[in-house]
Formats: sequence, C-alpha cells, structure tokens
Amino acid sequence: MKVRALCFFLLLVAPGAFAQATLNVGSKRFTESYILGEILAQTASRAEEAKVIHKQGLGNTGILFAALQSGSIDIYPEYSGTIWFELLKKNAAGDLAALNHELAPLGLAAGVPLGFNNTYALAMRDARAALLGISGIGDMAYQPGLRLGLSQEFLNRKDGWPLLKSAYSLPFEPLGLDHGLAYEALAEGKIDVMDIYSTDAKIAKYRLRVLNDNQHVFPSYDALLLYRGDLPRRFPKSWMALEKLQGRISARQMAQMNAEAELEGRTFSAIAADFLASGTGPKPDGSASKNLLQRIFAVDFWRLTAEHLLLVFVSLGAAMVLGIPLGVCAAHVPAVRQPILSVVGVIQTLPSLALLAFLISMLGTIGVIPALIALFLYALLPIVRNTHVGIADIQPSLSEAAQSLGLPFFARLRLIEMPLASRAILGGIKTSAVINVGTATIAAFVGAGGYGERIVQGLALNDTATMLAGAIPAAALALLLQGGFELLDCWLIPGGLRAATSA
Amino acid sequence: MITLENVSKSYGKQLVLAPTSLQFERGKVCALIGPSGCGKSTLLRLMLGLIEPDTGRVIFGGEPLTADNVQHVRHSIGYVIQDGGLFPHLTARENVVLLARFLKRNPSWIEQRVNDLSELVRLPRNALSHYPGELSGGQRQRIGLMRALMLDPQVLLLDEPLGALDPIVRGELQRELKGIFTHLGKTVILVTHDMNEAAYLALDIVLLREGRVVQRGTLNDLLHHPAEPYVTQFIQSQRPMTAELL
Repeated sequence: MKVRALCFFLLLVAPGAFAQATLNVGSKRFTESYILGEILAQTASRAEEAKVIHKQGLGNTGILFAALQSGSIDIYPEYSGTIWFELLKKNAAGDLAALNHELAPLGLAAGVPLGFNNTYALAMRDARAALLGISGIGDMAYQPGLRLGLSQEFLNRKDGWPLLKSAYSLPFEPLGLDHGLAYEALAEGKIDVMDIYSTDAKIAKYRLRVLNDNQHVFPSYDALLLYRGDLPRRFPKSWMALEKLQGRISARQMAQMNAEAELEGRTFSAIAADFLASGTGPKPDGSASKNLLQRIFAVDFWRLTAEHLLLVFVSLGAAMVLGIPLGVCAAHVPAVRQPILSVVGVIQTLPSLALLAFLISMLGTIGVIPALIALFLYALLPIVRNTHVGIADIQPSLSEAAQSLGLPFFARLRLIEMPLASRAILGGIKTSAVINVGTATIAAFVGAGGYGERIVQGLALNDTATMLAGAIPAAALALLLQGGFELLDCWLIPGGLRAATSA
Repeated sequence: MITLENVSKSYGKQLVLAPTSLQFERGKVCALIGPSGCGKSTLLRLMLGLIEPDTGRVIFGGEPLTADNVQHVRHSIGYVIQDGGLFPHLTARENVVLLARFLKRNPSWIEQRVNDLSELVRLPRNALSHYPGELSGGQRQRIGLMRALMLDPQVLLLDEPLGALDPIVRGELQRELKGIFTHLGKTVILVTHDMNEAAYLALDIVLLREGRVVQRGTLNDLLHHPAEPYVTQFIQSQRPMTAELL
C-alpha cells in the first residue's frame, strides 16, 4: 500500500525533473491575460524548440510573480505600471531601461512592449454621467452621493484607489466587488462607478463613459513580457519568435479580442490562433454559441476529468495511508488521542485558499504538488476520526474476547478490530472522497487543473455557462463516487455486520 | 493447575479484590459465587492476564504469568463469557476456527475437530454457516463453548455462561455442561451468581463478598458449617420464591 502511494508521488514529481526542456507560460486570472498568455504560448511553440505549457489563470499578480521567481513559470504577460508599483513597490515609474536595472538583481527581465497601454480607468453609465455632468474623475468630488464598486485588487494596490483618492481628494467609501459582477451592478444602477481597464471588452456593450484622468494619476500600463533573465539564453529560437510580437497588438485589437472571449464565448486558443494567423481582424467561428452540453463535453473534458480524478484519488490514497494508522493510534494510545484529533481538526478549519497560498510560499512551487498536499490534509480528518470512533466503539466484551483468545495485537487489529470498524472507516473515506471532489475545484486557482479550470475561467469571463460546465461534472463526479462507495460497502463490509443492522 | 498468591486489585480507591490466595486443582470443577461486584469476574480476568494484579502473582502450571508467556497461557485456556462473546462479522464456524487458523493448524484436523465439538455441544450442523446475529442465545452459547474448546485447552474459564438465557434453555444447557465437564475431565472454573447452578455443576464452591473469600467448601459445608452468618443469608436469599408461596 505504502509502496504504491510512493510510486504515485514519484510519477507526479518525475515530470519536474525534466523541467529544462519545458517553457512554462503563465497568465493571470482575467480574460486579457488568458488571451495574451495563449498568444505567447502559441508563438513560442511555433518556434519548435521547447515543449510549451500554458499554465492558465494561475492567480493574481502576487502568485504569478512568486511562480516566476521560483521558476514554476518562465514568462507571463504583465503591465509596466504593475511591475513598478506593485512588484517593485516604487512610488514612481521610469522607462524600460530603468525597469530592467531594477529587475536584474532578481534574475528577471522585462521587454517586448506589445503595443497597447491597458491602464486603469473609472467608468460610469453614459446616461448617468451626462445627467450628473461628470466627464472627468475630478468632477466626482462634487457628487458625494455616488456609489463606487471597485475590485479588491484595485482597492488595495498602491497605484489604484489609494493614489486616486488622495490626488483628487475623493470623499467616497467604495464597495469591494468582484470585477465580473460589477458590470451587472452598474447596469442595474446598484452602483454608479466601477474600475475598468482601457481595453475592456464591455465598454461598448454597456454604453460606458470612461472618466478623464486629467491629472494623469494613472501611470501607463504598457503590456509587455516579464520573464526569467535566462529565458533568451535557454530558448533562443522561442525568444526570437516572441520578440517579433513587439508593437503587434493595438488597444483596439486587444479590446476586440477581449470582447470575442467575453461576449461571443470563443476559446482563448482560437482567438490567439486567429490573431497569429492573420495579424488582423479575427474570423468568427462556430465555437461562439455552444450549448451547455457541448461545453461540458468540450475537447478538454477528458483531460480535466483525468486531472480531477488524479487530484482526488492520490490525495485520498495518501490520506488513507496516514489517516487509518493515526486513527488506530488515537484509539489505542490514550496519550496521543487528543493531540492527533486536535491537529487534524484544526487543519480542517484552515480556509483552502489560505492553505494553498501558504503551501505555495513554503514549497516555492505552484500546480499539482501544493494542491495534492492541501487535499491530502483536508481528507485526513474524516478518515482519522472515523477510524478512531469505529475502533473505540467496539464492545468491550468483544475486545476482551479477542484478547483472551491469545491473539497478538496486530492479529487482533487485522482479524477483529478493522473488520468491526470497517463500516465507520469506509464512511470516513467516502466523506473525504466527496469533500475532495469539491475542494479539488479550488486547485485550479494554483494551476493544478481539473474541472476547477472552467470555474476559474467562468469567473474571469463572468460567464455562467462556463462555470456550470465545470461545476456540473464536479457535482456529477461527487454523486458517482458516493454511489461507487455504496457498492464498495456491500462488498467490503463483512456480511455479519450488515445482517446485524438489518435485523 | 492455577494458583493465586496473595493477589489484589483496586481501581483508584475502589478495592475490587483484597489480597487473596486460591488454588485450583487439575481436573476439578470449581464455582466462584457471590453477588455482583464481589470480585469473581476480576479473578478470572487476573488468571487470563487481561488485568494485572496490584500485589501477588498468578501461577499457571507451575510458571508465574508474565507478559512473555501470557499469549501462550491463553492458548491453554478456554474462556466463555455471557452470550458467547462471538464476533458478529464472522460466521459461527469462522468464530470457532479463528485461533486454530491463525496458529496454522492442519485444515483437516480443524475440520475433524469442528465436527467432534459440534456433536459434543449438540449444535445443528447448519447453524455453523450462520452469523451470530442470526442464531438463538442458546446456540450462540454452544458456539462460544466450541470456540473455547477448539484447541483442547487444559483449563476452561466460564464467566456467567448461561446468564443471558431463558430458564428452560438454561436448565437444558446446565445438564449438558455437567455432562461435558464430566466427559472431558478438564480443570473448570465457573463464575455464577446462582447457588443452584454452582452446586449442580461443582463440588467445590468459593463464596465471595466485597472482594474477599468468605468461605470455600462443598454445598454441605456451606449449609451446615457456615463460616459467617452471611453464608446462610446468601443461600437463603436464593431460595425460590415459589417455595414460600406453596
């Protein structure tokens, strides 16, 4: 059992050993980053030099930067302003040469401006702005009744709301709102102002007025490539191809590609492929309006299923290998009972995203490994607790009968206690498995794949159908596992125990 | 066969057995009797090494009982408890052969032994393939006895073996037990709270009260030469109510 689990882990870790042959492209969790990441990945892969992997939608800026520094990814699309203010924590921006001067000590470099500036902006519904006579950000100060709904990232970054608030002396207490939801809130009149990007796909659709930044508070956010300093040396051909992207994408083109993804439902890879094929306007294809069933069974369905099952079962297997012995210890050694049950209990209360973030910083890597460890930790409690309860609840007269027969400890455990506790132990494993199917969707936030990938994409696109295409298979898998375990119950639980309860 | 030397046991401040010395002869049947909490079951547990004495020692066949030889000693003792103590996840047959299989005894010997024993305890053959939950109390007790006798132990310890049975089955099994004891000639120590049962099955009776031996002797000794007034009191309290009504 243990040997098998070890083999599983080696299988998972082994690909890491060949990382040199792989060029990993990262992207953040919003449409534009997905598309740009896909363009980078396809461009690099056409150089036919390295195996290129696009780790889509890994997380926010902090996670991407950590992944880049640890080498989990080699390159990702970033914006000059973000690097200056958010990553280098500077108060003012400089030119590209100054930027590279700052990045060099970190072993990183920035370059290849793609040709557009995606700066932050504030937007209102055009009709409402006209009614209130607001055309610039400064005008907002005269309308203290305005309700602002801003994304958490914008609210908290130095070059976002704090800078804007002090520069224009704005009196507002903005509401923190998911970017995808803010459009609906704005359209329904629940908020008056939201933050947007200047390449935003929905400016036209929602008839938004972008407020003028007369004081030039928002610095320029030129899209460019942020990469590990050794990338051009390690992958010279790929790098040459990537350099040719310089100045290729205009703000209008970017907004259009964003709109294709968000409003027409085209896949990121199709949009990127069209862009690279023509370099001009994209051609719409049939992928635009798929129904839900087609979305669920899209080409990536089996890959996502395999990834999801791998996450669930490897973590579950490891949790069984450790959890069942821990439960036996808790039942037989009174001194360690409370420590064991308390520790696994506390683990269960940790929020999953916090645990993942902690594991990423501790292990210095993203993807499958931290996700597996987090799932393994969450799976422990039901298994440990049920094993403990199952064994501790055995009638004292039966334990005594087993002992008085002259069976040694491990024989009693194997022949008497484990079979008698089997129903409880299997119940614990079943609970862990079903919980893991749900929790494994979180793993996509750190690039571990699985059905969660669609949920993350759906969140980024504010696209319910894509979210459902991830959530429905996950729910179905949970039900399927539940049913599978019921069958396993019939097979594994000794007949006498089933007869006893049905009698 | 079994000697208790000055053994005592308390749980915290609760004394369950005052320092006690007892000897049990090979091939004899002895009944430990007394009200609940008198320490009679504690004596059996001490002999099996299920609990350790606070003072004194248990000697089995001339050897003091230690952690090293306890498993071996247990293989030489058959232990039967109330309602048989059968494992509900195993069939009757699996319960009976569990230890013999674990000790890797010859399968044909095991088969022969199961046949002999089921005849001895008069168990219907088809009962062996059932789970304990599907059997009657009397059948469970017979199977418990088969399990205890499987390895042909030198000693048989029975702790209220018939306590959970209705009076008719109980009387029937008492007669059978007497036959089996006589037939096998084993050292038998039987715990009961019923003086009639004790006197019917054993010549040698040990009366206990609050963790100490009050008197040891035959029924005759206890009736006619009581060591304390309590002996008479105990015997009288067990007279059937019907005797007074008639």
